[in-house]
Amino acid sequence: MSSTFLGMPATPPRSPYGTGNLRGDRTFPEAAHDELRNEQLRRNLGRATHTIRAKRLNVTGELPDWEELRDAGSALKTDTMNRLPELLEQLERKVTERGGTVHWARDGVEANEIVTRLVKATGSSEVIKVKSMATQEIGLNEHLESVGITPCETDLAELIVQLAHDKPSHILVPAIHRNRDEIRQIFLKEIPGIDPGLDNVPAHLAAAARAYLRDKFMTTKVAISGANFGIAETGTLCVVESEGNGRMCLTLPDTLITVMGIEKVLPRYQDLEVFLQLLPRSSTGERMNPYTSMWTGVTPDDGPQDFHLVLLDNGRTAALADRIGREALNCIRCSACLNVCPVYERAGGHAYGSTYPGPIGAVLTPQLAGMHAAKDDPNSSLPYASSLCGACFDACPVKIDIPSLLVELRHQHTEESGTTVEKLAMKAAAGVMKRPKLYTAAQKGAAIGRVMAGRDGKISHLPPPFDGWSDSRDIAAPPKQTFRSWLASAEGAATMRAAANEHEKNQKNQKKEEEK
Amino acid sequence: MRIGLFATCLGDTLFPEAVKSTAVLLARLGHDVVFPPGQTCCGQMHVNTGYQREPVPLVRNFAEQFGDASIDAVVMPSGSCAGSVRHQHEIVAERYGDAALRAGVATVKAKTYELSEFLVDVLEVTQVGAYFPHRVTYHPTCHSLRMLRVGEKPLKLLRAVDSIDLVELPEADSCCGFGGTFAIKNAETSTAMLQDKMRNIATTGADVCTAGDSSCLMHIGGGLSRIAAGTRTLHLAQILSSTRTSPYVPTEAVR
Ligand code: SF4
Repeated sequence: MSSTFLGMPATPPRSPYGTGNLRGDRTFPEAAHDELRNEQLRRNLGRATHTIRAKRLNVTGELPDWEELRDAGSALKTDTMNRLPELLEQLERKVTERGGTVHWARDGVEANEIVTRLVKATGSSEVIKVKSMATQEIGLNEHLESVGITPCETDLAELIVQLAHDKPSHILVPAIHRNRDEIRQIFLKEIPGIDPGLDNVPAHLAAAARAYLRDKFMTTKVAISGANFGIAETGTLCVVESEGNGRMCLTLPDTLITVMGIEKVLPRYQDLEVFLQLLPRSSTGERMNPYTSMWTGVTPDDGPQDFHLVLLDNGRTAALADRIGREALNCIRCSACLNVCPVYERAGGHAYGSTYPGPIGAVLTPQLAGMHAAKDDPNSSLPYASSLCGACFDACPVKIDIPSLLVELRHQHTEESGTTVEKLAMKAAAGVMKRPKLYTAAQKGAAIGRVMAGRDGKISHLPPPFDGWSDSRDIAAPPKQTFRSWLASAEGAATMRAAANEHEKNQKNQKKEEEK
Repeated sequence: MRIGLFATCLGDTLFPEAVKSTAVLLARLGHDVVFPPGQTCCGQMHVNTGYQREPVPLVRNFAEQFGDASIDAVVMPSGSCAGSVRHQHEIVAERYGDAALRAGVATVKAKTYELSEFLVDVLEVTQVGAYFPHRVTYHPTCHSLRMLRVGEKPLKLLRAVDSIDLVELPEADSCCGFGGTFAIKNAETSTAMLQDKMRNIATTGADVCTAGDSSCLMHIGGGLSRIAAGTRTLHLAQILSSTRTSPYVPTEAVR
């Protein structure tokens, strides 16, 4: 019998280039350049993230077993990823047994096609939507519109974003970059038949949205949702939300289509015990979210009678194939890492160019969509959009070590990039530093930097690529003497001897004291 | 104790005063300070920028310089370099090193300390005989705070300083925006973070903003100098080494 060597398995495909919302059209520093100038945005973001930080610390601090919960969450997710194929098949079996239909989508393009086919089969040209990141990621709304189906977002913040023809800037608070005057303007312009006397009182704005949405809930036959969790053991899907609009969508229409990333599966129903504590406390800073909806397949005469689950890969298997990077799949999208991130706080969500902004976005987006799909792929700037301060790691309810993932992805980027000026410089620097003699010579060379300094001993202008530094910071001229030459000098030796003597003197004094 | 002093490349070349202070402080506490002359750089900048092959010789050199059993502890005036030795050298050695390197890295890792944790945890001192009659605020650098978990240790040391007027820094645990090459690659975001840090420093009315890392201080101090603020930066070691008989005297240009 002959055998054929099939070779090493190829890297699983990433989200196809040019589809969905996992890539911006410019790099992070370029996008941040504009966003940083948006004073309104920075004020809104600063206020919102600080408030939510304080709330989160209150409700996580009050639980005596918070750290154990985080450990449990992390362990459960790690276990899930280790046996993802088996759990997904179990989920498929259970959902099917309970009257649902499961579809597998390799990528966003396939998922969009499946959903479109399902909606068309109902004859409806309108769908209502539960807030969902997976459908945002694949650009489902844009796709539906292109085939003549009108999607209506029902989460208040998502609705604002949709009406403004805008993109969400925060996982949990998509309209965090808008204030109420802006929201009033958007409503007046976009909601048909709205009272032209609408003011900017939050309750009035909410009431206007409610009236608009009620009508949609009562008349639309198809709903599309995402899922926070899918339970393999029972086939139960779970959506967690604050407003109740999600529940309307999940219960009123005849047909329900759920698009779920494959990493959202959990082994057992009991695991929800851990995640339903971790998620609300980390995300909105509440002990419990107002609405937790769960459904299993189809329940006769109760709720949607036609249920479809679309399991979405779109680069997740590629992430799973990375020994280190796969940890990013453990994310439960609570947004705690965004709210504590000093970079996100200044640059805002749009600078990341992806459905997933902030620290988790910086490690998830490049893995789902790749960061070398085209020349100067903007995604390759994402792992560098961090000062590695580590606040995200501390906040993450499932303990994802985001700083280490960022460093890992930076390494993958430099490995992929071939020879660059930066790489040559790094090589040269290491080449010097590994040879102490060269190194000391180079230190002397650095002292030549003194000529760049003004009479006050400060250097205020540096050439590119360091001009970004000197735009806002001075730097001292290198000192005349390095530490090592001081230590080797007569002065250094004398100083060290004096310090040692001082210790002996102190000891003697102490002894005398004791003898007395 | 026989202490191997790691000056760090930045300290050795650009901020020698902070290293001198560290050396003097440890000697004054009765310890034998040795300076392996072949030492250079820990390779942190390489790893943090995405380069893991290039720093292999640096990681090896570090392990060789400080691996000797006659050195009881390796001490450095930098939280981020200590973090690099303790967390990153292993990654580099695992991926691109050999068995000897992995063993060497494990040996030095176990005896590597940032200055404040060495003083408080190993030497078990908080009173180091320092005298510093100035208003001071302390910025905990991210790597010392979240990678090394030094927590209250630097503050314990500062509180024990004679005549110091220590004032709390609002939003102390927010990153100053340095982040190594981040300050170059994302200079504008870094500057936005720096501005908020400087605003918080200004509210303290401190003469001195201190921290345990010359790199963050270079960034904060560079910003304070540019806006001609009344506050200067100073490494923690320089405060702790200042005494009544030899008090701190400023020498650096950028304060
Ligand atoms: S990475 Fe962690 S903190 Fe960030 S959104 Fe995901 S679960 Fe939340």
